[in-house]
Amino acid sequence: MYKPIRLIPQRPSIRFIAKRWLFFGLSVAATLVCIGSLFVLGLNFGIDFRGGILVEVRAPGPADLGAIRSSVGNLGLGEVALQGFGDERDVLVRVQRQKGGEEAQQQAVARIKEALTADLGAGVEFRRVEVVGPQVSGELIQGGIIAVVVAIGAMMIYIWLRFEFQFGIGAVLALVHDVFLTVGLFSILQLDFNLTVVAALLTVLGFSMNDTVVIFDRIRENLRKYKQMPLPDLIDLSVNETLSRTIMTSGTTLLAMLALYLFGGAVIQGFAIAMMWGVLVGTYSSVYIAAPVLLYTGLRRGGTGPTEGAVAPPAPAG
Amino acid sequence: MLFFPRWKVGLIIATFALGMLIALPNVIGRATLEGLPSWLPARQVLLGLDLQGGSHLLLEVEVEAVIAERLDAMVDEIRLAMRKADIGYVGLGVRGDAVTFTLREPAHAEQTKEELAALDADCDVVVGEDGVASITLNEAAVTARRHAAVEQSIEIVRRRIDETGTREPTIQRQGESRILIQLPGVDDPERIKGLLGKTAKLTFRLLDPTVTPGQAAAGQLPVGSELLPSDDDLDAEGNPQMLVVRKRAMVGGDSLVDAQPTFQQGQPVVSFQFDSAGARRFGDATTKNTGQRMAIVLDGRVISAPVIREPITGGRGIISGSFTVQSATDLALLLRAGALPAPLTIVEERSVGPGLGADSIRAGITASIIAVILVVVFMLVFYGFFGVIANIALLVNGILLLAAMTLLQATLTLPGIAGIALTLGMAVDANVLIYERIREEIALGRTPISAIEAGYSRAMATIIDSNLTTLIAGLLMFGLGSGAVKGFGVTLSIGLATSMFTAVTFSRLIVATWLRRARPKSLPI
Repeated sequence: MYKPIRLIPQRPSIRFIAKRWLFFGLSVAATLVCIGSLFVLGLNFGIDFRGGILVEVRAPGPADLGAIRSSVGNLGLGEVALQGFGDERDVLVRVQRQKGGEEAQQQAVARIKEALTADLGAGVEFRRVEVVGPQVSGELIQGGIIAVVVAIGAMMIYIWLRFEFQFGIGAVLALVHDVFLTVGLFSILQLDFNLTVVAALLTVLGFSMNDTVVIFDRIRENLRKYKQMPLPDLIDLSVNETLSRTIMTSGTTLLAMLALYLFGGAVIQGFAIAMMWGVLVGTYSSVYIAAPVLLYTGLRRGGTGPTEGAVAPPAPAG
Repeated sequence: MLFFPRWKVGLIIATFALGMLIALPNVIGRATLEGLPSWLPARQVLLGLDLQGGSHLLLEVEVEAVIAERLDAMVDEIRLAMRKADIGYVGLGVRGDAVTFTLREPAHAEQTKEELAALDADCDVVVGEDGVASITLNEAAVTARRHAAVEQSIEIVRRRIDETGTREPTIQRQGESRILIQLPGVDDPERIKGLLGKTAKLTFRLLDPTVTPGQAAAGQLPVGSELLPSDDDLDAEGNPQMLVVRKRAMVGGDSLVDAQPTFQQGQPVVSFQFDSAGARRFGDATTKNTGQRMAIVLDGRVISAPVIREPITGGRGIISGSFTVQSATDLALLLRAGALPAPLTIVEERSVGPGLGADSIRAGITASIIAVILVVVFMLVFYGFFGVIANIALLVNGILLLAAMTLLQATLTLPGIAGIALTLGMAVDANVLIYERIREEIALGRTPISAIEAGYSRAMATIIDSNLTTLIAGLLMFGLGSGAVKGFGVTLSIGLATSMFTAVTFSRLIVATWLRRARPKSLPI
C-alpha cells in the first residue's frame, strides 16, 4: 500500500522558545511598521466605507482609458479613479462622494452613465453600479469595527471559559497582532479595503484562533502529563507535536485561497489576498506569539485533571 | 469510538441520502425539474443579486417630514381655535419640534390650555407664566406616526413596483426607518428609482385671484395661500411661472379610485375618477367656483391650472399638462398606487448586470472546483489511504453544505462562494487533527485499532474547541454584518457545521468499517 509522504519528519524538535525574543522583536517591529503606515498612508477605503459611486463598465472593444478619464473627469464630479478590471474591455470608474446628500449621488450616477454611453457607444454594458450614500458608509464603518471588536471579545471569553484566563491573554495578543498585520498590508500596498476584506479579517481571526486553540489544547494536555517538565520545554514540545497539523491545515487553506485568487474573478481578489496573508500571519502568531507569551502570564501548573501515567518526556534534541 | 450500532449507521446514511436528494436539484436544469414528480424536492439555492443580476436599493423614509407636516397643520388648527375663542397672540409658528406663540394677555393662559387640549389628544400643551405657549407632539404619538409612515410607505412602494410588472421583488423594512428593495433581473433601475422618488401627493385647489404672483412674491402673500411653480406655464426663458394657490385643497389624491393614461386631441393626458365622497366634494366646489381657475398640484408643483368652465359632478375628469406618453403613464401609475406619506431617499444602490452575475458564478464555481482538486491531491499525497477517506468526507461535506443552503433557503452571494471555497480548505482540518493524532499514537507503539480509537477520542475535544472559534466568527458575521459580510458568514457557518458533522460521523464510519473488514496489521498512514 502507498506509504504517504510526511510533510514533517516525526516529531520535530525546533527550539521555538529559545528564539522567542528574536520573534517578539520581529512582531513588534512589523506591528509598528503597520501602525505607522496606517497613520502615514492610511487605508485605501473602498466605496463601502468612503461612500461614493462605482461603475463597472464593459466597452464594446478595448476600452480607451484616456478618453473615459477626460469625459468623466470633465463632469466636474471631483476625483475620478479609473482601473482596468478583469479583461481589457472592462473598466472600473470610481467617483468620490458628491457633496449635497443622497440626491446628489443619484444625479451624478445618471451623468456618469450618460457620459460613458456617449464615449463608448451604444454597445456599452453597465455591469455593476454601486452608490453608497454618506449615512450608509458611516454605518458600515461602524458595523465593521463593532464586528471585529466583538469577535475578539467573544473569542477571549470562549478561551477563558474553556481554558484559563492566562491562555486568553496570549490568544488575544496574537489576534491583535494579526489584525494589525493584515490591515497593515492593505495600507502598505494601498489595496482596496472594502466589506469583503472585513469578512476576510474576521475569518483570519477565527482561523488564527483555531490554530492557537489546537496548540493550547496540547499544552494543557501536556501540563497534566508531564508535571515536572520546565514550562519552556513543555511549550516547545507541544508546538512541535502539533506542528505537522498546523502546517497541513494552513497548507490546504492556502491552496483553496490560491485557487480563489487565481480563478475567482476580480471582485473577490481582495478577499483572497487578505485570507492568504492572514493565514500565514495567523499561523505564525499562534506559534511565535500565543504560545511563548504563556511563559509570562503566570500559568498555574498541575492541579486539574488526572495524570496519565508517568510518561518520560522525550528529550528535546538539537 | 469505533463501534456503531445499526441505528446510528442507518441515521448517518439516511442523512447523507437526504442531503443528496435536497442538493440534487441544484445541478439539474429548471426545465427538467418541472417535469419531475412534485413530491421530489425541487428547490434550488437562492442566488443573491450579485450572482443572478439585479438591483438592491436601500431607501430612507424621511419620517421627520411627517412630523413637520403635522406641526404645520397644527399651526392652522391653532389659529382657527384661537380665533374662535377670541384670544390674542403673536408670533405663531413652528420652532424646532414645537409650535409656539406668545399670548398678548398672560392671564389667558388657563383658557388657552383648555382650548388647545381639546384640539388633539396627541399634543402636550405648555403655557408659561409669561404667556409663552408651546405645543409639542408627545413621544408616543411621534413614535406611532413614524412607524405608521414607514409601514404605509412600504405598502405604497410595493404597489408602485407591482404596477411596473417587476417579477418577484422583495420589499422589507430594515431598521427604524429604512426600506430594503431587491429587484432580481432589473439591472437598470432608473425607472423604478424615478417612480420611488416622487411622493405623488396630488391636490385639487383653487387659485387665489386676490393678488398677482408679483405682489405675492413682494411679500403680500395672503394667509392661507402659497406661491407654487407651474410646469404648465413657462415664461419666455422656459422657467416655470409662479402661481398663487390656496393652501386648502378641494379634494386630495386619496379620494381617487382610478387613474389611466389616455389621449385628448392627440395629447397624452391622465383621466381620473373619484370615489363617491370625493366626487361630491369636487362637484360642490366646482359648482361654487365656476369661472375661476383651479390648480392641480403634484408634490408642490402645479401641473396644470385650468379654468372651471362648468360644474364637474360625475367624479370623472382629465388632467392635461405638458405630458409625454411616458410621464402620463407614470403619473397615472403613481396616482393609482397612492401617495407616499413621506419622501424617500435612496441611501444605497447596488446594481449588477446579468453578464457580471453569470461571470461571477462561473468564476466562483471554477475556483471552488480547483480548490477542491488541490486539496484532494494534497491530502492524497500526505495521507495516502486515509487521505482518500478524508476526500470522501470532503465531497460529502460539499453535498451537505449545498443541501443545507437549499433547505434553509439561505442566499448564496459571491462572498458566500468564497466562504465555500474557504470551508473546503478548512474542512479537512478535523480529519487532519485526527490523523496526526493517530500517527502520534502509533509512534507511541499502539496497535492500529487502539491508535485509531485514541486518535478519534483525543482529537474530538480539540476539533470542537478549534472549530467553535471560527464558528463564533462566522455567526458574528451573519448576525452583525450586512451585505458581503453576511453572505460570507452564512456559508462559513454552515460549512463548519457540516464539516464537523462529516468528520466525526461519516469518515469515522468509513474507518470503522474498513478496520472491521481488513483487520490491518499496520496502518498506512
